[in-house]
Amino acid sequence: MEPHWLVRPATIRLLWRAFIAVLALAVIAGFFVSHGDHAGPDSIPAFGAWYGLGACAALIALAKLLAMFLKRPDGYYDDVERSDD
Amino acid sequence: MIDLLHPGLLLVAAGFAAGPLRGRARGAVVLGAAAAAVAITLALPEGVLWRARFLGFDLVPFAVDRLSRLFALVFAITAFGGGLFALNQKHRFEVPAAMIYAGAAIGVALAGDLMTAFAFWEVMAIGSTAVIWSAGTAAAYRASLRYAAVHLGGGVLLMAGIAGHVAETGSIAFERLALDSPAHWLILAGFLVNAGAWPLSAWVPDAYPEASWSGTVFLSAFTTKAAVYVLLRAFPGAEILIYIGLVMVFYGIVYALLENDMRRILAYSIVNQVGFMVTGIGIGTATALNGAASHAFAHILYKALLLMSAGAVLHATGRRKCTDLGGLFRTMPLTALCGTIGALSISGFPLTSGFVSKSMIGDAAMAEHLMVVWYLLAAASAGAPLYAGIKYPWFVFFQKDSGLRPPDPPLNMRLAMLLFAALCIGLGIWYAPLYALLPFPADYVPYTGAHVVGRLQLLLFAGLAFFVLLPVLRCTLTITLDADWLYRRLGPALLRAASVALAAADRAMRRSVRAGTAAALLACRRGASGNRDPSRPRTSGGMVLWVAAMLAAYLIAYYT
Repeated sequence: MEPHWLVRPATIRLLWRAFIAVLALAVIAGFFVSHGDHAGPDSIPAFGAWYGLGACAALIALAKLLAMFLKRPDGYYDDVERSDD
Repeated sequence: MIDLLHPGLLLVAAGFAAGPLRGRARGAVVLGAAAAAVAITLALPEGVLWRARFLGFDLVPFAVDRLSRLFALVFAITAFGGGLFALNQKHRFEVPAAMIYAGAAIGVALAGDLMTAFAFWEVMAIGSTAVIWSAGTAAAYRASLRYAAVHLGGGVLLMAGIAGHVAETGSIAFERLALDSPAHWLILAGFLVNAGAWPLSAWVPDAYPEASWSGTVFLSAFTTKAAVYVLLRAFPGAEILIYIGLVMVFYGIVYALLENDMRRILAYSIVNQVGFMVTGIGIGTATALNGAASHAFAHILYKALLLMSAGAVLHATGRRKCTDLGGLFRTMPLTALCGTIGALSISGFPLTSGFVSKSMIGDAAMAEHLMVVWYLLAAASAGAPLYAGIKYPWFVFFQKDSGLRPPDPPLNMRLAMLLFAALCIGLGIWYAPLYALLPFPADYVPYTGAHVVGRLQLLLFAGLAFFVLLPVLRCTLTITLDADWLYRRLGPALLRAASVALAAADRAMRRSVRAGTAAALLACRRGASGNRDPSRPRTSGGMVLWVAAMLAAYLIAYYT
């Protein structure tokens, strides 16, 4: 059976290209908007782009670090609590 | 005339009336009452509407101002949407209990005094526990007991705080409180338990995902947001709330990133989003409080939409783990679309309700020169698509093909999702009606070039991070330990260890008593065979002498 058009490799390649184009547009648009008279950190060029990317990488690293200590198998609580019933 | 009608009590009455009803009659009562509650809430005049004297206190059971109307309105809208979504829920008690729960939440919002607020607060705890119960599974029953224990414990803190406040001031008026006495700290703690503040946040992801496919929609709306409402009323500008809110924000993101159960992902995201509101309340300026209030309004609608789409998937497939799901967009296109709209809203994408509300809180932090808070909120805004905005729709509706081909849900569920999707996008575009309802005059302009481009950069590059780092984000068949480990594992383990130690001590004591008795008996027998009999009776004269001596000692002790 022919796979759904959305999951064909050609479509996925196209979606990636479109996505990268949109990313580039968002960065370029940043140079043309006015930040008014305030000079907050969001008026640094492409602040949202690099800060967003960096924040996400840091959050994933933090989550992975915690997972080393806190992840347990899915049925972790089941055995104890079922025996109490 | 309209001030005789309390929309919360109307919903509570509808809940009781719907109890014995079935099918269309139940649906008509529930939807009719919820629609009436929406209309009444919009039409109510501002001011104190009911007064009463009770135990020497001036009760104000029914009072309306801008803040209380905003929350009562969104609670009534959610009661309607949730009731519509749950029309085909077969369980007898769930929807009636949910109506009582919703009515009590409105009752908290419209309470003008602490006693009324507390009474409705406890009815909410009972109603929500009954909603979880209605799922009918053993896991839901156990989770509901843990949930009830946490909330009744929170109620005790609140009651103690209110009693202390009344003892100090003699007033039960529900107004702004300063954190200047133990009583007010207790009230704050009672509120924060219901808000899901860390470390007492584990009840949210523990209990909410165990409710039925329709029950979680109700649960997501009322308890935590009623807590946001009371915090807005009692503790605006309390600095500690900034830090508590920021911890909630990052706790929600990190745990949702590691989670596999789709509804638990959304439960962690409730804590994350309530964290934004709590931070806004802590900042305490008019813009920040408007931001917290409008974000609560927007959040209730998009979170209900997200949980409706998750409920539709659970209803159709009976599965809730990302590792079992995927590829559902093929046969559930409407559910996938509505889930994606909810996901865009929670991310605060432009043209959705999340965009017009969330940015106010960040801007308020900047205006107060709280730059660390601003950086952290911006990082958390980038994290929102990562853990919920993309993760939830991607793993449920797209990613791998799970082979499941369930259809879209029945008409009433589709209508409820469409209604809430329309509200999410509608408020993102025509935000003026929402801003007009906010507690302070709102001259905020969300759609400036800098806002839109800044947010788009943040969200799009978060999306890039998601898809580039997808290999490390795959869901695994695991859970992540939370603070509930203390009362689900450590507590029971300590009790078991204590009972084992007690049993061992008991055995040792019995053994030594038995051995001692046997030795004494042996000695008696040996004595009986010898010249002195230890069982020879003492004289009664000696006994009387000793009793007299004791009485004399008692008398002396008594009079000295």
